[in-house]
Amino acid sequence: MTPPPSPAPAGTRGWEPVIGLEVHCELRTVTKLFCGCRNAFGDEPNTNICPTCLGLPGSLPVLNAMAVELAMRIGTALHCDIRPSLFHRKNYFYPDMPKDYQISQYDEPINVNGWLELPDGSRVGVERAHMEEDTGKTSHIGGGGRIHDAQYSLVDYNRAGVPLVEIVSRPDIRSAAQARLYAAELRGILIATGASDGRMEEGSMRVDANVSVRRPDAEFGTRCEIKNLNSLRSLVRAIEYEITRQIEVLESGGTVAQQTRHWDEDQGTTGALRSKEEAFDYRYFPEPDLVRVVPDASWQAEVAAAVGAMPADRRAGLAALLGPEGSTGAKADQIATVVEHGLDALMTAAVSAGIGPALALARTANEASADPERARALDPAAYTALLRMEQSGTLSATQAKDVLGALLENGGDPVELARRRGYEALATDSLAAVMDELIAAHPDEWQRYLGGDNKLAGFFTGLAMQATDKKANGKAVAQELQRRRR
Amino acid sequence: VTTALVLAEQVRSAAVSASEVIERHLAAIDESDGAVHAFLRVLHDDARRQAADLDDRIAAGEDPGPLAGVPVAVKDNLCTRGVPTTCSSRILADWCPPYDATVIERLRHAGAVVVGKTNLDEFAMGSSTENSAFGPTHNPYAPDRVPGGSSGGSAAAVAAGLVPLALGSDTGGSIRQPAALCGVVGMKPTYGTVSRFGLVAFASSLDQIGPFSATVADAAALFEVIGGHDPLDSTSLDRPAPRAVENLDDGVDGLRVGLPRELVDGVAPEVAAQVRRAAEVLAAAGATVTECSIPELTLGLPAYYLLAPAEASSNLSRYDGVRYGLRVDGEDVEAMMRATRAAGFGAEVKRRIMLGTYALSAGYYDAYYGQAQKVRTLIINAFGRAYKEADVLLGATTPTTAFPLGAKVDDPMAMYMSDVCTVPSNLAGHPAITIPFGVDAEGLPIGVQVLAPALCEPLVFRTAAVLEGEAPAPVAPVLAAATWTGR
Repeated sequence: MTPPPSPAPAGTRGWEPVIGLEVHCELRTVTKLFCGCRNAFGDEPNTNICPTCLGLPGSLPVLNAMAVELAMRIGTALHCDIRPSLFHRKNYFYPDMPKDYQISQYDEPINVNGWLELPDGSRVGVERAHMEEDTGKTSHIGGGGRIHDAQYSLVDYNRAGVPLVEIVSRPDIRSAAQARLYAAELRGILIATGASDGRMEEGSMRVDANVSVRRPDAEFGTRCEIKNLNSLRSLVRAIEYEITRQIEVLESGGTVAQQTRHWDEDQGTTGALRSKEEAFDYRYFPEPDLVRVVPDASWQAEVAAAVGAMPADRRAGLAALLGPEGSTGAKADQIATVVEHGLDALMTAAVSAGIGPALALARTANEASADPERARALDPAAYTALLRMEQSGTLSATQAKDVLGALLENGGDPVELARRRGYEALATDSLAAVMDELIAAHPDEWQRYLGGDNKLAGFFTGLAMQATDKKANGKAVAQELQRRRR
Repeated sequence: VTTALVLAEQVRSAAVSASEVIERHLAAIDESDGAVHAFLRVLHDDARRQAADLDDRIAAGEDPGPLAGVPVAVKDNLCTRGVPTTCSSRILADWCPPYDATVIERLRHAGAVVVGKTNLDEFAMGSSTENSAFGPTHNPYAPDRVPGGSSGGSAAAVAAGLVPLALGSDTGGSIRQPAALCGVVGMKPTYGTVSRFGLVAFASSLDQIGPFSATVADAAALFEVIGGHDPLDSTSLDRPAPRAVENLDDGVDGLRVGLPRELVDGVAPEVAAQVRRAAEVLAAAGATVTECSIPELTLGLPAYYLLAPAEASSNLSRYDGVRYGLRVDGEDVEAMMRATRAAGFGAEVKRRIMLGTYALSAGYYDAYYGQAQKVRTLIINAFGRAYKEADVLLGATTPTTAFPLGAKVDDPMAMYMSDVCTVPSNLAGHPAITIPFGVDAEGLPIGVQVLAPALCEPLVFRTAAVLEGEAPAPVAPVLAAATWTGR
């Protein structure tokens, strides 16, 4: 499948943006990459530390096998070749890096040559997805929070040594919107593989963007790397800003300098951090404290088997349940929501048990997705029972949503929950008897209704509700009224 | 002669208490180490506590371990919990590790008693122990001469009889060269047989911890105690350490001994003469001695002096004043790091950090680090060819006997040449031992070296044991302590 040609977006005046993303994702391991310390976010500073992740003299790294497994899951999900790999040392001085070098994979990464298919059908190449350790976190106190003006700095090493996988895309992305799609889809994959929680706001997924512009079919232009993109929104804004900036530079006869640039969320601009000439010389060399990582075939097969279906396949599966309309706008968006929150199993269970796919999709995408964590823990049988009550008219849509809320909150039997709310609807024959009485009591109104005055339907429905203490199902009342008019 | 094994047997059988043994050696250290300066720190209280505990356990009928009550000195680049571990550097002058190195734990488990931390060249960089921030160590055989290095303190402590056993680390000869210059046994094990966990790294792919002792049997016993797999060191071989003691007396009948010209020619004539005498001893004991040539060995030194500094430049980055050790304040964090490292490191350490940084820099990597790695492979292959014709190799340990203090401090190249016979074993990761074999005209000890393929420690120790049996009788050093007993 070749990517569909993406037209240059409006506002690029015939320039084509060329974008590649580097995504760092923290792996959801129990312990850190090279020691037994807890890998946890938000703990008291410097409580999850030991001689190894503090880089004390004499300490040595020991590779966490679970981290390797999660890295292989990511590689499998991204259709990468999984290779024997080697760690290198990336040397530079920085206070939040305990050893003043980072252990990272360099020219022999574990995953290479993969791709990611986006919901719009386009495909973005993945150059590599390699393992490395995270750094600590520095807080600069005073002087506006920048390192050079700060009075002093505090370093929290809880994050030092947390396992990361860096996923480097090929420069196949052509717009900010496509970059957003890629990042969102990748996030879905990281969550689906269990490799990461994908929380951008907590920094467990961090995105850097390489942006350049060119005339279509010309050689790639000089790129700038944009850092500090903490949300999908800032990713889009920063790329759009940078595209415009580069076009303006080029159109005014200038040249784009190869730079690392910092996104300023408040200003909505990017600013130069350092140029190519100032770039660090990292003096990479093979990490002598570790041995080569060579996952054998059986381990790889085990991992491949453990990696379930990816979001794209799962979306296709749900769309198939809905027939032709499953791939169109609103329904496709609802399907994406269901998959994003990992609720496809819940929805599929309901459909298999005879619930109409449209109803199952609506409740799962709109109500269940509002509380995805609880929804994932929901008993599919209870969920199905609830939808069946709605489908049969026993519960109104409003009542069904209310019961679903209670079900998510505390669990339980939906029939019982409905009953306790007094939602147990009147049996159809007792409703019929109530209707007979009402009609007998209001013969004039009934004649006008039969004569075609539909406003009277509301009048009789109101009376029915009153007479049944609101236990009547609106839909069932409407059916009674219709039946008698025929 | 009271070797470590004899001492341990006396303690185990309660013929003498561990406390008596320890008191005797602490007294000897207190009395004699002023002139030697083998120790940076003597652990009187810790040692006494541990000895008393051993005596209690023996009284209770427990097995106190194979080295029960034996005093051991350890190089001050091995981490000891709660005890300063300085690497002879100002930058770590007050640093106390919160943990013990694996070898320290194994010593304690075997009943050995760590009595002190010994002097070394700063971060193990040097061949004379003169690069110590805390003053040089003196060669017990000639106080105006160097003990060799970098484990000069450990070698001198054993030579003077202050302790029967010591641990050192050998990156390019740092156990064997000082052992030779001080007239004691020193052994570098196969890379990966002794855990490096808790050894402050100099050059991680070359560093290996090993024993010093007066006798080959003691060295073999200490090697068995410290060797074996350690899950805390990823480069530790996942297999039991080779046995060293059980076949120690099997002799060399039928053994093929290679005598590479590169480890005999070019060394001082008196040293070469002793190597040839050693070859005759082995031949007389039934070995076949064949002269051979391994030209690649001469490439070892230049390759070593690129690879070791390259790794060191990275290993020593962490001493930046941020988390531990010396901090010299500066305007900002970068200035603080600069000032700390400028004040904290000595000249030789700075020289090697610069060499190594250069060797790894963009544009130079291939020509220096990359080329040196290729040479390393050449040397491994050359050893491989030589070991098709020979079971072990015999050669000099050092080109000369102990040189005067100060003689080479201003001539790094001359100093680096001290390691010419020892670095090939580190580059290949092979085991090698030096044993004292006679003295020169000035009475300075001469060492001969036995080299073998990876994991052939049993051959190394067996061959050394035969040489030891026929070596000229040792002479007491001028700085011999009351506890000196010879071999």
